[in-house]
Amino acid sequence: MAAVHTRRRVVNVVALTLSGCATLLGLVFLAWILWVTLKNGLGAIDWKLFSKITAYADQGGLSNAIVGSLVMDAIALLICAPVGVLAGAFLAEYAHRSKLGATIRFLNDILLSAPSIVLGLFVYVIVVLPMSNLTHGAVSFSGLAGSIALALIGLPVIVRTTDEMLQLVPGTLREAALSLGIPQWKMTVQVLMRAATSGIVTGVLLALARLAGETAPLLFTAFGNNFMAWHPLDKMESLPVAIYQYTNDPNPALHAIAWAGALLITLFVLTLSLLTRLLFSRKKVPHE
Amino acid sequence: MSSIPATTEPVDVDRRSRTDARHDALFRLLLKACALLVLAALLGAALSTLWGGREVLFGHGLHFLASDAWNPVTDDYGALAPIFGTLVTSLIALVLAVPTSFGIALFLTEIAPAWLRGPVATAIELLASIPSIIYGMWGLFVFVPFMSRIEPALNDTLGRIPLVGKLFQGPPIGLGLLTAGIVLAVMILPFICSVMREVFRTVPTRLKESSYALGSTTWEVVWDIVLPYTRSAVIGGIFLGLGRALGETMAVTFVLGNSYNITSSLLMPGTSISSSIANEFNEAVGTHRSALIALGFLLFVVTFVVLLIARLMLRRLARREGN
Repeated sequence: MAAVHTRRRVVNVVALTLSGCATLLGLVFLAWILWVTLKNGLGAIDWKLFSKITAYADQGGLSNAIVGSLVMDAIALLICAPVGVLAGAFLAEYAHRSKLGATIRFLNDILLSAPSIVLGLFVYVIVVLPMSNLTHGAVSFSGLAGSIALALIGLPVIVRTTDEMLQLVPGTLREAALSLGIPQWKMTVQVLMRAATSGIVTGVLLALARLAGETAPLLFTAFGNNFMAWHPLDKMESLPVAIYQYTNDPNPALHAIAWAGALLITLFVLTLSLLTRLLFSRKKVPHE
Repeated sequence: MSSIPATTEPVDVDRRSRTDARHDALFRLLLKACALLVLAALLGAALSTLWGGREVLFGHGLHFLASDAWNPVTDDYGALAPIFGTLVTSLIALVLAVPTSFGIALFLTEIAPAWLRGPVATAIELLASIPSIIYGMWGLFVFVPFMSRIEPALNDTLGRIPLVGKLFQGPPIGLGLLTAGIVLAVMILPFICSVMREVFRTVPTRLKESSYALGSTTWEVVWDIVLPYTRSAVIGGIFLGLGRALGETMAVTFVLGNSYNITSSLLMPGTSISSSIANEFNEAVGTHRSALIALGFLLFVVTFVVLLIARLMLRRLARREGN
């Protein structure tokens, strides 16, 4: 008996210790990555980064990449936020228990973790190629195509959050609104969405945090551009793509600039995800 | 709530309620169209990559799937090497990430004091929000040199073991399948862990307390009560992580070494579907480009199936819980 007892206790202690070690390991990797980014990034941040374009290479900065990222992220949000919120409202209000609703909800969860590089190929085939054929090559890769690819990445995040947040709104609110005789669309937009505003905003911010760091889908949609571009139909540089190119380059001076860009993105994304937590800390926030 | 109509007086239908009904119908249509866009996106991604890769998928047929050649000069393409790299790196990632995630989930649900759970869980989830390009940079500039220092030791220890040893013999260059697998493991860890943590919390306290009352240790409760109760969702979480690992691009592109190899050693450089596409697409023309899009189609189909299984497994638990 005593032997069995000792063995069970030893197994327990070993397992719990290993579990603590696993947690420590996870935290070590987080600290390692953040520390390296911070150390290398802070050393390379200077005024040139924001004032000069990538055409000057190691004498330059990332201003066109920063502008391109901001423009494309903004257009992507303009596309996916309204579509995503409306689609989420459909799932929560009109298709709560229908078969179509269940199917869309299910496939939306798959789109949520679909490989982003395939979404980039998708946009390349349906936007970049036709545009190039239509304009005889005058417009091919473009900031707009990049934005569409990013919108596809943000869309499922917004759909899912809106759906869940609207379902959290109490049913009595719906009944009260309808009993006053207002049409269902007005109830959805003016009562339910207003009640779930903070949740919906959380979803949009989560989507932004997700798409701001995406690189793969931009490679063959927005392509990249060493000069400043504001027009959405021009090829556009972006921070992640600039980092990708500079990291692939053997020149260490470019690596330093890439680290500075990496620090900017990381700070932006981490601030956003911590902000969403604060904004909506009491209720459940869907992630993944 | 959809069954409650906005107009309830069929006898006294005035103009206002007819307008409202029309607006409601339009609104519903608009919402439905937006929701169907989600379907269109998935279907479109499958069809467009099938269309873009048709030249190689239908023209070369089985040769594309079964050949390990990848030669843009002679336009001879086989997907075997990228498929091999994708599968091997994802498998390494799973082998490393599943036990670690389980350990972290166990720590966060059963062991850690309440005040520690929130901050540690947040920190682990932050790993998921770090952009993959940052993982790639860290991997190339920091982790690859680190691995190249460790690999000689791997050669001398694990490499000596018969049978398994072959996996760990190779040049200590740091780049390669093993390094890519480890970076992927760190990336997918928060996803698997967050699913596990969430489902571990759904286990009824009564069950656990009954087991404790019979004299079980914490480990026995987790292994014999919590894990069997949440089995399908845990498998779902693992498949979710696998789906992520298969499709990940930027983190592996830098550290994989980019060579079309099928080797028995994990320390050798290789390639993966996503890193081949990312590396070659913008220089590729004609058949080469078609072959890369065809690779994208393969990747989409495989991840779709894996994610489908994941979601089905996760849904089974949700149904039992009654949501």
